[in-house]
Amino acid sequence: MTHASAQLMRTGLPDAEAAIRTEDLRKTYKTSRGDVQAVRGIDLDVPSGEFFGLLGPNGAGKSTTIGMLTTLVLPTGGRAWVAGVDVVGDPVAVKRRIGVVTQNNTLDMQLTVAENLEFRSRFFGLGAREAGRRAEQLLDAFGLADRRRAMATDLSGGQARRLLIARALVHRPDVLFLDEPTAGLDPQTRVNLWDILRVLHDQGQTILLTTHYMEEAEALCDRVAVIDHGRVLAAGTVDDLKQSTGADTVITVRYESAVPDGLAGKAGITGRPGISKIETDGDQVRVFTREPDGVLGELVAAGARDGLHVRDAAQLKPSLETVFLTLTGREYRE
Amino acid sequence: MATSTNLEAPPAGAAEAGGAGVAALITEAPVPHPTLARTFAAMMAREFRVLRRNAVATFTRAVMQPLLFVFVFAYVFPKIGGGFMLGGAAGGAARAGAAASGVNFATILVPGLMASMLLMQGIMAVTFPLVMEFSWQRTIEDRALAPVPIRVLAVQKISAGAVQSFIGALIVFPIVLLVHASGQAPSVHVTNWALFALILVAASMLTAALGLLLGTIMDPRKMQMLFAVILLPATMLGCVYYPWSALHSIRWLQILVLVNPMVYMSEGLRAVLTPELGHMPLWAVLLVLIGGSVVFGYLGARTFRNRVLN
Ligand SMILES: Nc1ncnc2c1ncn2[C@@H]1O[C@H](COP(=O)(O)OP(=O)(O)OP(=O)(O)O)[C@@H](O)[C@H]1O
Ligand SMILES: [Mg+2]
Repeated sequence: MTHASAQLMRTGLPDAEAAIRTEDLRKTYKTSRGDVQAVRGIDLDVPSGEFFGLLGPNGAGKSTTIGMLTTLVLPTGGRAWVAGVDVVGDPVAVKRRIGVVTQNNTLDMQLTVAENLEFRSRFFGLGAREAGRRAEQLLDAFGLADRRRAMATDLSGGQARRLLIARALVHRPDVLFLDEPTAGLDPQTRVNLWDILRVLHDQGQTILLTTHYMEEAEALCDRVAVIDHGRVLAAGTVDDLKQSTGADTVITVRYESAVPDGLAGKAGITGRPGISKIETDGDQVRVFTREPDGVLGELVAAGARDGLHVRDAAQLKPSLETVFLTLTGREYRE
Repeated sequence: MATSTNLEAPPAGAAEAGGAGVAALITEAPVPHPTLARTFAAMMAREFRVLRRNAVATFTRAVMQPLLFVFVFAYVFPKIGGGFMLGGAAGGAARAGAAASGVNFATILVPGLMASMLLMQGIMAVTFPLVMEFSWQRTIEDRALAPVPIRVLAVQKISAGAVQSFIGALIVFPIVLLVHASGQAPSVHVTNWALFALILVAASMLTAALGLLLGTIMDPRKMQMLFAVILLPATMLGCVYYPWSALHSIRWLQILVLVNPMVYMSEGLRAVLTPELGHMPLWAVLLVLIGGSVVFGYLGARTFRNRVLN
């Protein structure tokens, strides 16, 4: 399998199995204030039926990547195929096969809730009556039936999200793209949306979702790619990632003033089994370890002996957050 | 394939449908067969749905301007003895025309007013919605994801705008025929229906294409400039209130206004509605109206595509 994909990579042929494939995909925006390298060479391979997550902080390049895969952003380098079709070579064929939920609310504000679905269905070639039936089916499934005559402008944030997802499904797309579908939703609404997405996935729907919520990627995705500054830092199942890069617990202690050299040594941590990395940066010490017991306490005690008071301290169990920390050395802030 | 009927938490508000309803969206989906013609027709249908919803506002917008113009120029001025004010224009027009006798200002105004309506409606129908669609939420992305090339979307926007512009021009007719002081009815009669239709259609396309170009290059924060820099000069210097030939006494202006597409609309309509007043040669009119539609349409579609695709 790996061998086969390597073969395909060399010949440059799209993989028939892959719902999404990219090769060194790049995007540099030209702006009046200079170039912005939003995506700097991304390789993805998402098989049909997979629930794939692109996880990254603000500005990581998630929307730009989705934009290129959905034909709305023109790549400045590399190639991409969706459902086996080259996104630059035949954008119309790609648009026929994809459903897209954009990050911003792109509902047609001049239309009612039902009309948003009906006209989208008709854009995709359904007759008026068939479009009406499909709209009703979608309204029922997404719990919007009692809002069908409301104008799209009058929906709550959660309702608008649901309508956006419903609208992306009118033509039963091969690949569903969701750009931060739960951003700004309350926890209950978010969990409800997750349930909908899980059902779709169970029915074999290929989904590419971007998110900056770690727990969302953990809860939903078969595989994730962690991206930052336009590059993939790591990709695999959440478990794989935790095994390979983020198996460590990350302990961070911030003191009230700068940390003197050798504090970790005085704390008796250096050289202990299980420790893979100790970083000292300004007023904080960060320890990556497989055996976290007692580490935090010793750091606090060693600081106290040197007259350093602790401002705050955190101990993160292995998670996507520690993966991100390990890969970038930066805190993942949402 | 598993049908998940026993979801732990059904979607909010979807309690009655639950997971089975969502699953059916995939298992019981109609098979779409998009074609360019169907998608285009559906987009036009969407425009007419919106137009119908906003019928009162759209109609008011289309009627008020010609109504007030005609009322003031064909009713108020003749009543208050407009000789001192309008004698010049009408006189000049009359001198310029072949058959000079009995030309009133309403007659001169009809083609000009239609041209002015074409431009107003073309821009209102295309530029304003477009600027909204490109603003921060970029709702344009909704239509851009329809399975047609982006330039087809541009052509669709021009077509929809042209229809509104066309209707806007026709509204002038009943108004000028109904609203005037006694004895001040305009003497208009269509000499050649085919030519009249051709000029109206070409002019509508031209204004809508211009609307598309403006909508894609205008900075939304500078929309007021549209009136000051485009609409007002185009109308005042568009041979709306005077025939082009009457400008011969200000030769430099007569030549300068040739850059204004409005001139060709007014003059073209004059050629078919009030030919006795004299007008610019028809070949020049048709060349500019049709050529202009193509050129502005092409430029508009290009800037549109560049705005839609990052
Ligand atoms: N149209 C544009 N023109 C110029 N720069 C852009 C444009 N769109 C995005 N960028 C820049 O490209 C980078 C990546 O942006 P992108 O929107 O892809 O990130 P993101 O991961 O989706 O972030 P977020 O979580 O905030 O949505 C950012 O630095 C952004 O400022
Ligand atoms: Mg984004």
